[in-house]
Amino acid sequence: MYVAVKGGERAIENAHAWLAEERRGDTGIAELSIPQIREQLSLAVNRVMAEGSLYDPDLAALAIKQARGDLIEAIFLIRAYRTTLPRFGASKPVDTGAMACDRRISATFKDLPGGQVLGPTFDYTHRLLDFKLAADGEVPAAPSRDADMGEVPHVTEFLNREGLIEEAPKEDTTPPDLTREPMEMPADRALRLQALTRADEGFTLGLAYSTQRGYGRNHAFVGELRIGTVPVEMDIPELGFAIEIGEVTLTECETVNQFTGSKTKPPQFTRGYGLVFGQTERKAISMALVDRALRWEELGEDNVGAPAQDAEFVLYHADNMQATGFLEHIKLPHYVDFQSELELLRKLRREAGADQLQEAAE
Amino acid sequence: MTPLLSVQGITKRYGMHFGCADVSFDLYPGEVMGIVGESGSGKSTLLNCMAGHLPPDAGRVVFDTRTDGPRDTITMSEPERRMLGRTDWAFVHQHARDGLRMGVSAGGNVGERLMAVGERHYGNIRDKATDWLGRVEIDASRVDDRPTTFSGGMQQRLQIARNLVTGPRLVFMDEPTGGLDVSVQARLLDLLRGLVRDMGLSAIIVTHDLAVVRLLADRLMVMKSGRVVEAGLTDQVLDDPQHAYSQLLVSSVLQV
Amino acid sequence: MTEYNFAYLDEQTKRMIRRAILKGLAIPGYQVPFASREMPMPYGWGTGGVQVSAAVLTPQDRFKVIDQGADDTTNAVSIRAFFQRTAGVATTTSTGDATVIQTRHRIPEDTLSEGQILVYQVPIPEPLRFLEPRESETRKMHSLQEYGLMHVKLYEDISRHGHIATSYAYPVKVEGRYVMDPSPIPKFDNPKLGDMAAIQLFGAGREQRIYALPPYTQVVSLDFEDHPFEASKADHPCGMCAATDSYLDELIVDDAGGRMFVCSDTDYCEARQAAGHKGKDAA
Repeated sequence: MYVAVKGGERAIENAHAWLAEERRGDTGIAELSIPQIREQLSLAVNRVMAEGSLYDPDLAALAIKQARGDLIEAIFLIRAYRTTLPRFGASKPVDTGAMACDRRISATFKDLPGGQVLGPTFDYTHRLLDFKLAADGEVPAAPSRDADMGEVPHVTEFLNREGLIEEAPKEDTTPPDLTREPMEMPADRALRLQALTRADEGFTLGLAYSTQRGYGRNHAFVGELRIGTVPVEMDIPELGFAIEIGEVTLTECETVNQFTGSKTKPPQFTRGYGLVFGQTERKAISMALVDRALRWEELGEDNVGAPAQDAEFVLYHADNMQATGFLEHIKLPHYVDFQSELELLRKLRREAGADQLQEAAE
Repeated sequence: MTPLLSVQGITKRYGMHFGCADVSFDLYPGEVMGIVGESGSGKSTLLNCMAGHLPPDAGRVVFDTRTDGPRDTITMSEPERRMLGRTDWAFVHQHARDGLRMGVSAGGNVGERLMAVGERHYGNIRDKATDWLGRVEIDASRVDDRPTTFSGGMQQRLQIARNLVTGPRLVFMDEPTGGLDVSVQARLLDLLRGLVRDMGLSAIIVTHDLAVVRLLADRLMVMKSGRVVEAGLTDQVLDDPQHAYSQLLVSSVLQV
Repeated sequence: MTEYNFAYLDEQTKRMIRRAILKGLAIPGYQVPFASREMPMPYGWGTGGVQVSAAVLTPQDRFKVIDQGADDTTNAVSIRAFFQRTAGVATTTSTGDATVIQTRHRIPEDTLSEGQILVYQVPIPEPLRFLEPRESETRKMHSLQEYGLMHVKLYEDISRHGHIATSYAYPVKVEGRYVMDPSPIPKFDNPKLGDMAAIQLFGAGREQRIYALPPYTQVVSLDFEDHPFEASKADHPCGMCAATDSYLDELIVDDAGGRMFVCSDTDYCEARQAAGHKGKDAA
């Protein structure tokens, strides 16, 4: 006798219980703590903050633990949490010119005010698995010295003074908030940058790479990559002035790109821009390349049909919450629609079969 | 008699350079106007400005609409212009691919304009489409085939059928025989001549090929560097060109 | 979950969603953009429907959730539990008793009445999406009523298959103006859309669109005069309750590929069985 499938509720409860067990793993092994994740997996924490659009390293670390290390699942937790948070207001724009740089490099000049500061980078490490790390050991203190970077002006300022790079005029209009208003095309640059900073790193990386290989090439040079902390200030109406409410670590990348010009305007370099929470270099550089690719129209360039030039394609597929949600939803039951397709297909095949029998008979 | 189309002072600049400068003419119902010139003469710019594909910097394009009388199409709202493009106007592109849906069958391509204006009987749509395929000398058996399987000449004839099926009053044509073999061109021109005559169409044809205008156009404008250097009846201009450039054009054509 | 607002969303957000709903009701079938929020369930898993339900629910409502017509499928269970936790509303499996019904891919078999709200979960709100991928272009097509392309698709189906080859998410024309995607309900359910006494609301969270059909709206499935729309029907009665007028699920019951057909609408089927109707596969 057929018994209707029931017990969905029980199944879900059991699944969640097992999930919790798997998350903990072997209870004979020490449990991960939030501070451990925050301190020792900080680059994962950075990515979760950047794509979750919420600057809170402890929450991001918690999300990573709860998500068993699946960063997109962790980003989901942060985004859902963010939705519920009340908003007090908006900060003033941060001044990256005043950044206390831990790392600052430029590929366009050998030396420049502020110097080339490598910072804590993987760049020149040899990618050889270090088995010493498997046995927790003491890390020797790195050599240190008082900071004497002095002023660290942006490279693009020097180019700008000579008129060699397009202006980046100050804009005081409030940018749209794509978490509060539906995204509508055409999207201006502010909206595009907003979407890109929280876009999936892999997707952005792939698109940036494609421009380098000729799909909308724009000859990017890293004019400046700087990573460090900036103060965040907010106007407090009750006080009548702005106060510093905290500081955040940011990665900023300014690219110097293909020059444009016309009969009426002498040529200048063009700009690409990337800005991401935390030390998140790959994403910041990718963002700058894709930003530049999307600017083809306002710079009077040709649309060569490259994916990175198609604003609708980039912006509608860059958000990994939307992407993973819709991708994974195909695991949900679809048998009702499948049933309709089955019926239609059977009907069409019956009719085609009937025709064939008819032809054979004639 | 009101002109069907009155073009007044159309000007389009590209930086310091003129795409076309201050072009004016009137077109009456049933007339075919040819616009000739070499590449860079501005004829395609002019056509695109008239057809609403490119906004001119100055000028008016006044069309005698069915319901509202003469209206300047440059200042029309986009919905009105797009409606015009589906009903009274047609545009035959130089490359058939630009004017067809390559992923849709021949019947679907021809039927689309009918469906866009409200036809809802599959059998009738299919019959009209098949009928039109016949009129442009495409075999009826190809009605369900995609244009990707057609030769260049066939694709062009399909594009013409797709454009003419709703009986537009004005057809713009951009190098309609461009890129086709000579014998295929001849066949296409004959076809166009017959259709224009039978349907009483008005047309504006842009071409660098004098044979096309000789066969199809009643009147002719010769363009050079964005300006009209000579205009008049086709036979008069071709047989007795006055302007030095027109003379050069006519004499350059190989007489075989 | 006492620290969350009633039905999870804050009041400002609910107000924003209600404004979009009102716009949708004022222009039946028109897709209203709205700022979809990130919800605790993934995009694609009903966030649009959940946000619409959250915006319309009141503490006095009785809430029913179905997926594929059944109350007990995992996602329906999950969503019902979500509202139990965040809204504390009474929930029910009875279509007749419910005041708000959230559904994925089916319209209940029982005729709905005035005072009920049916909330649909919508994956892709744009009926023209697979013919024209660009949103900028499809918005123009709707505003200019340029639906030729839609009919071309139907024409192509008939020329290739002899029939219109769409069996679910079958496009409809609303009040003679907007072409609408009724969400992936089987075309069997299309006739229920028109002239319904209940309010119908459609939420697409990921795509950020809400649309609506007020009660007693004219809804016509697209077709050709000589190929009229047919709400297909399986030629079996339900194996459990013997109903001949409901949409049936096909179940594979043994290794030999034996089949059984049962009502997709579990509430409808159980009520019929309780009233004494028995199909050939019932005990």
